[in-house]
This record gives sequence, structure tokens and C-alpha cells, in this order.
Amino acid sequence: MLPFAYTTVSGTTNAAALLAQAPEAMFIAGGTDMLQLLQESVIAPSVLIDINGLPFHGITESDEGVRIGALTRLADIMANETIKRQFPVLGRALQETASPQVRNMATAGGNLLQRTRCLYFRDATVPCNKREPGAGCSAQDGQNRMNAIFGGSPDCIAAYPGDMANALIVLDAELEIRSGNGERRIKVEDLHREPGNTPHIETCLRPEEIIAAIRLPFSAHARNSHYLKLRDRASFEWALVSAAVAVEITDGTVRAARVAAGGVGTRPWRLPDVERMLLDRPLNEAVALTAAEASIRGADARPGTQFKLPLLRHAIERALLMAGGLQ
Amino acid sequence: MNAIIGQPVSRVDGPAKVTGQAVYAAEFRPHNLAYAALVTSSIPRGRISTIDSMAAEQEPGVLAVITHETAERLPYNEPKQRPVVDPQSGDQLRVLQSPEIMFVGQPIAVIVADTQQQADGAARLVRVTYMVEEPTTVIEISDGKPTSDAWAKAGRPAHTERGDADKAFGLASVKIDINCSHAREHHNAMEPHATIAEWDGDHLTLYDKSQWVDNVRIAIANIFGMPESNIRVISPFVGGAFGSALRTWPHVAIAALAARHVHRPVRVELTRRQCYTAIGFRPRTLQRVALGAERDGALTAIIHEATAQTSTYEEYAETTVEPAQTTYTCPNVRTRYRLVEMNTNTPCPMRAPGVVTGTLALEMAMDELAEALGLDPLELRLRNYAERDEAANLPWSSKELRACYEIASERFGWHRRSRQPRSMRDGRWLIGYGMATAIYHGDRSACTIHATMFANGSVVIRTAASDMGPGTYTSMTQIAAETLGLPMESVDFELGDTEMPKAPVHGGSITMASVGNAVQAACELLRGKLHALGTTTDGYAALMRSYGLDRIDAEAESKPGDESNKYATAAFGAVFVEVRVDPGFGAVRVPRVVGAYDAGRVINPKIARSQCIGGIVGGIGMALHETAEWDERLGRVMNANFAEYLIPVNADVVDLDVQFVPGNDTAFNPLGVKGLAEIALCGVAPAIANAVYHATGTRVRDLPIRPEALVGS
Repeated sequence: MLPFAYTTVSGTTNAAALLAQAPEAMFIAGGTDMLQLLQESVIAPSVLIDINGLPFHGITESDEGVRIGALTRLADIMANETIKRQFPVLGRALQETASPQVRNMATAGGNLLQRTRCLYFRDATVPCNKREPGAGCSAQDGQNRMNAIFGGSPDCIAAYPGDMANALIVLDAELEIRSGNGERRIKVEDLHREPGNTPHIETCLRPEEIIAAIRLPFSAHARNSHYLKLRDRASFEWALVSAAVAVEITDGTVRAARVAAGGVGTRPWRLPDVERMLLDRPLNEAVALTAAEASIRGADARPGTQFKLPLLRHAIERALLMAGGLQ
Repeated sequence: MNAIIGQPVSRVDGPAKVTGQAVYAAEFRPHNLAYAALVTSSIPRGRISTIDSMAAEQEPGVLAVITHETAERLPYNEPKQRPVVDPQSGDQLRVLQSPEIMFVGQPIAVIVADTQQQADGAARLVRVTYMVEEPTTVIEISDGKPTSDAWAKAGRPAHTERGDADKAFGLASVKIDINCSHAREHHNAMEPHATIAEWDGDHLTLYDKSQWVDNVRIAIANIFGMPESNIRVISPFVGGAFGSALRTWPHVAIAALAARHVHRPVRVELTRRQCYTAIGFRPRTLQRVALGAERDGALTAIIHEATAQTSTYEEYAETTVEPAQTTYTCPNVRTRYRLVEMNTNTPCPMRAPGVVTGTLALEMAMDELAEALGLDPLELRLRNYAERDEAANLPWSSKELRACYEIASERFGWHRRSRQPRSMRDGRWLIGYGMATAIYHGDRSACTIHATMFANGSVVIRTAASDMGPGTYTSMTQIAAETLGLPMESVDFELGDTEMPKAPVHGGSITMASVGNAVQAACELLRGKLHALGTTTDGYAALMRSYGLDRIDAEAESKPGDESNKYATAAFGAVFVEVRVDPGFGAVRVPRVVGAYDAGRVINPKIARSQCIGGIVGGIGMALHETAEWDERLGRVMNANFAEYLIPVNADVVDLDVQFVPGNDTAFNPLGVKGLAEIALCGVAPAIANAVYHATGTRVRDLPIRPEALVGS
């Protein structure tokens, strides 16, 4: 770890000003990923700006939905009764995230921005375009079973590792983004970028911007939502493949469907082809199977990630059956 | 007084450990301590062209940057006899003595600074250029060369044969011929390796993480060309090791070298990533087992061939092919052992080294043979029960393996197993039952104990042993207290210091049989001296007072007699496992493991159980999780941290049932104990692999068994 300065802030403007002064500065909230990145010298900020003092804490409820402050700890979101009842996919995704110790520290905003687990990104002594633009991508033909089968480029196939973002996408969640210039809103789905030839740019956030809150609208499909996570051990491990589904079924017919997958994309990966196969159809076993088969369309698997194709199909199928009350 | 031996007492060092009072190697604080950080090579093979340390040297707090250009030349004298824990041929890595690079992670510079942070920061500023050479990074089963004569002499020959195994295999009625492998595994003890070196003139004190302080002293004496008597090694607590702290690793010499260079005490603590390269690991091993049998299941041929990785500079060999020679009765057995030199750090013993590897192949093959014969896997083992050690041609000093099979299969409910694979289900889950035999040879070595009774009736027992977690402090206190007829509170057992009497290596499951018998012998001697003084109705303190004595001392050595000429000794076990496999996802869960063990007499069933469940958890990891993600292009382990190198977590460990069959092996040693550490890991992984086959009908012979092997099965 290289030496760095540490400072705390209590206002958004203040935080933005600090970032503007020191371009090598970074924010720290729960620190659960930041400490790993620092210890391994994957990053070397000049200043760490502790944003825990910003007023972005807590969960509030309105007629339209729920607002989760970006500094709310994952454990608190998971324990919230409204979340469990209205957005089961989110509660489940968080329950399957990391460990209780990590969930007690990790924040909602930080979780969305966690960095990839690509082995070549995490080892600061080997080439990686995401760490060092232009250095080359060691993962293309390397140990890449944790890497992506969607959205990759010759420059990067690092998978987005998180769970919560996949759940938020199927819930039509939005983000409140603050900066010194005010506030804007974006869909969670629009937060992350595909790597293209700039894999070091991972989101659409501008350098001075901070995620302030997550907004979740109530909906019928949100209430019937499910998360399924497949991983190498029973707990405390990132997904090989995960499936997030939210389906509204009225009079035996699918009226709304959102389907996303984790562990397979360079960003949280929505599966519109699967959604289209469900709309205006009954959600029975045959439809679930056919729709799941559409999940791997466009996938670009390598020898090390070939197994994710059947794994993804089975995960989507199973999650859809859960949503249809068939499992 | 009630017996203390055999009671499930809690660890005597437990309170110190959970309250932070136990001081580990990196936590000693000699006056004026300086801190070191290692710079390591990033290429697998070649030579250093240039090292630019200018920027690092100018950092605040930096005392020295030591490289092969500036380090003192060390003599590295060859020891009179290499310790059993070291490779028997090749040359150990000579730290900072040459520009040659032999593996990724090789220490090439050391930064010493006032604080650890300063040293770590400066280490990032050292710029190294290399002349790169073509490395060897791949292993194939057809590769390799035979073990050297030195290893053959040390009991690991390249070839063994009794009878004519190839002929018998050719003639066998039923045959099985399989290839299997397991991954390169790392010890991953909680405590990272660390050494603090402090010079006082030409005297050196080392605070080290070690399973054998006496050996560290000898090794450093040879490396520095100095008398052993000028070196003291202190290691009171070891936070897990599993064999990784048997050898004297390069960082120990670096600490001593750096401390002499800066004229201050220096600490070297490995980072977690460095724990994958600066110490050893369990070598990846590729194996072939061919079994021939009569129709009734009687084995007629066992052929076992293994190819393991080693480094280019040292030859590390294991006892991989030993289980094939001793586990079952068979007239024709041939073994072959080969080593592939690769550009890597040298492997080293890791819990049940070699044996757990060989048992994996043998027990998977036995499962396949049982199926080919249409026999129950347990029945096949019983029909080939070895009544004596056929490799040594000696009777066992004790063997209660039948009782292990009986107790474990009964508690497990083995009779409920259906014969057909993929025939047991619970909803969508496929259920599988599997089993395996475990065997680990028993040894003991000489150990000396000094016992002192003080005027207040308290006793101190000392020897240069170690306690890396199995409970040496506690079990030895129990033996001493019982032998002296004292409560445990009156006895302090001290270890981990070369100032203490000589103890053997704390490894290979020999501590209880070696140190335990010496404790008993010394305490018997002490008790005899006390009884010679007079009667003791008022206790030893009164007796001492009445004679005006401050202390009474007794010292005794216990060592092997001629029992190994008359008997072969081994601990035995039977492991039964249930797995559940989700066929769509290829996910394997292990809801139940039952292990029954013949470890001779059990001194402390509570701590013994802890040791066994630890071994079973390690076995679950070996079967399902553990693997170094080796990049053949880069010649390096890519997942060298706890986030990406998977070991079981609590949710992977469900119901573990550990049973000890009654045993008392007094033919092996007076206490009647055998070893326990290694046996607990043996047999678990093959039992899981066999259960996975029973659940799914798919044989997965390359470990770990991960979803890619079973998805859609």
C-alpha cells in the first residue's frame, strides 16, 4: 500500500470540491472493496475522502416507492420489511451477497461500484487494460472462468461481480446522482458501461458525481420477483451465474417481465430476448424452458467460460419457474 | 483423583489466544525494531539486468535497500545431514546472492525502514529489468524424471515392486485403469509467516513462526556459517501451519541478513500474496492407478504411477505411492514416481503430504473396481483387508480398521445406499453416498523433557516442541498432571524455544507419540525423586518445605526402541460421506460426513475431535474448492489471496460426526497413542468424489469438482 491522505466530508459540495482539487482522490464509504484494492496496490489514490458523514443514510417510504440512501448498509436494506415484501429479489440478492460482516459495513452505493474480480485486474503486477490502459488484457486466454460471456471486447472480458445491481435492474430502479452542480437521475441499468476500448471507464458517473440514493417504484412485477445465485461454495463468494427475475402475471398471462443475469456480463446484464419470450404468454414449464434458451443468445464464451452457457440457461429457467409459482 | 488423560478438557492456551495475550512471531517488539518489505520477481525465469533502487532509498524512513549487488555473501554450508523436512537433493534458494531468477515471487530485494508502511511504500518504487529466458510451466503425466538416490535412501524411491504387477494385471478377471489429479494447493494458515531477527554482537535471536525451532537454528547456523550455540529461536505460538512452517524458508535468512545490514532488529512478515511463493505448497500431482482383481474381489494387481511438480532448484518428493503398498492385501504391487521440474517455488509438506494424494487415487480406483465387480464398496475393502503391512512385511502394532468401518457405516446408515448410481433423490437433488479408507503411517522420534517442581508445588515442563493448533500445550499438561497426580492448574507446559531440551519436528503426526512419552517419562522420574524424599499426604509443597528445597529437577529422554523392527504402525480411518448434487447447476453440497478413527489412545477427545473436523473440512476443500489458478503463460498463481482462493466456509460444513474406536497401542509406545493430524484429512476427498459419482453417474477424477464438471449432468 502506498501512503495517502485521509479526510472526511459532510456536504456534497464539499466532497465535489475536494475531488476537483485532487484528481487522484477517491471516495471511501464502507471500504469493503476499497481496502482490498489498496492493500493489493490495484489503486493508489492521493487522498481518500471518507463520505460516511454525508446525509445519504436510511430508507424512506412513500406512496410511489422506497428511497434507499446510498450510504445505507446492506444489512439494513436486507432487514427492511417493506423491501422484503415489495422487492423480494433485492432482499434475496443481498442475503446472498458476501458475508454478514461485510454486509454490516458495505453501503448500497459502494456495492454498485465494486470493481471486478478478474484475477488479472486484482494482481497489480500483470498486464490489465482496466488498471493500466493499453497494457493488454491477460484474461482473454488466461484463467478466466469468473469472467464475462456478454459485453466483452478484445480489450477486456472482466465480469461485473455484484448481486444488488442485477436485482435493481429488474425493479426499474433509479439513482439520484449529486454533484456540486445539482442533481440528476439515471436508471440503474444505465449506470455501468461495456468496456469497449476504454475498460478503465466503468460507469457513466462524472468524476465529481456521487450516488446519493436508490429509488425503487412499487409494482406488481416487483412484488413477484426472485433471485437465484450459483457459486462455487455455499456462501461468501461471487456468482458464477445469477438470475434476477420480476414478472407480473395477471389472469394466467405475463403482463410485465424483467430478467437480468449476474456473473456473465461485463456489466449487470439484462436479457430482453428472454423478456419478449414471456410477454403475453402463460408462465408454464414449456415457456420457461423456451425463454431460458434465449438467455444465451449473443454469448461469446471461451473454453474457461463455456460452462456458463448451460448454467445460465438453467438458472434463468429455475428463476422463472419460481416466479411462476412452479418451484 | 480422577483420570485426566482421556478427559475432554478445554485448551489451556485458549484464554490467552482469544484475549490476544498469546504473542505470535510478528508481534514481538525488540527495542528499535525496523521493518522489511520484500520486492519479488515478476518473471518465472531469467536474470536480473538492473535494479534501480534510487527512488526507494530516498523515501523517508528507509534504512537500506538490499539486493544481490549489496547483500553480504553468505556461506550456505551444506549440513552434515539434511533435515527430514527439506528436499534431499538440489540446492535451497540462496537469498540475494545472485541475479538468477527461477520463479515468480522470488525475493530479489529487501527494503528496511522505520515503519512497515514506509518499507511497503518504498518497495513499490524499486524498478527491475530482466533478461527473460523460456520457463517450464506445464506438467504432463508422461513427463518427469525418477527421484534421486538421495530420495530413494530417504524412503521415496522412483520404483517399487513386489510380485509381478503388470503380468497379474494382464491376467486379471476384472480391471480398472484410471487417471486422476488434484490441484496445486496452498496451506493458507491464518497467521502469515513472519520472522524477527535481532543480533547482539555475534549472537542472533530469531522470533519465528516455526514447527521446529531446533531445525531453524541448525539451518541458519549453516547459512551464516556460525555456531549453533550463538543462535536462539523462539516460537511460542503458531497460528496454523499444516506443514508450511516445517522448513526454514528464505525469509528467515533475509531477516537475519537485513538485521545485520542495518544493525537493528528487523521484522519480515510475508503478505498473504507472498505466502503463495515465499513458502511451499502441495504439488499438483497427476496419477494413474490400475487395479486387477478376481471375480470375488480379491486384488491381484495394483499399479500406481504418480507425476508431481517440483522446482528447478530443489527436488521435493512425497510418499504418494505408499498407500498403494500398504492399504490392502495384494501380492503384486508396482509403483512409479516421477518429478517434473518447473519454474516455481519448491513444494513442501502440506497436511498428510503424499499420502492424501495417493489415497485419493487408490480410493477412487477402489470405488470403480467395486462397481465393475458389482460389489458394495465397503465389502470390497473388507475382502482385501490387510492383516499385516505387506510392504514392510511386518504385523501391525495395532489395527482397529474393521471397527472403524463398522462404527462409521452404522452411524452413517450405509445400508440405505442403493447399488445403482443416480438412484437416490430428494426432490430435484440427487443424493450420493461414498466412502473411503484412510491410512497414515505412525512414527515417533527422540524427545527430551525437563520437569521442575518448585517449592510451592507447581511444576514447569519444558521442551523445544511446537503447538501449531493440535493442542500440544493442553495434552502435554494432561499427561504431566496425571503422571504426577496433580491438578492441571499446577502444571505449566512450555515449548518453542531452542534454550529448552531438544524436541523433534512438530509434523507428520509424531508429536503425541514423541513428546507425550517423554513428558510421561520425565514426570515419572520427578515423581520418583519426590517419593524418594518421603511420604506426601500433605502434598508436594509440604514435602519440599520440610526438606527446605527450592526446586527438584528431572530430565528424561524418550526415543523409539526396536518396535519398528517388529511392527509396522499406522493410524486408520473410515470416512463415509453424503453429497447432494443439483443436476441443473452442477453444485455439490456435503450435508454429512462420518469419520471413525483408530488413533490409538486418545489423550483429549475434545481437542482430538477438533483436529478431525478440521481435517474433514480440509478434505471438503480439497474435493470441491481448493485450487491455485496457475497461468501457464505467466508461470504464476493468479488467485493468491483469500478472496479468490476458495476454502470451505461455514455454510459448506454441515454435520460432521467424528468417532474414535477404542485403542491403546502399547506395542508402539508406552502411552499407547498413535498420530491423529494427518489421518483426519485422508480419505475425505475420495469419499466425496465417490459419492458424487453415486449421486450423478458421472465420474469426475480431476479435483476440485466444480460446477463445470457436472452442470447439466
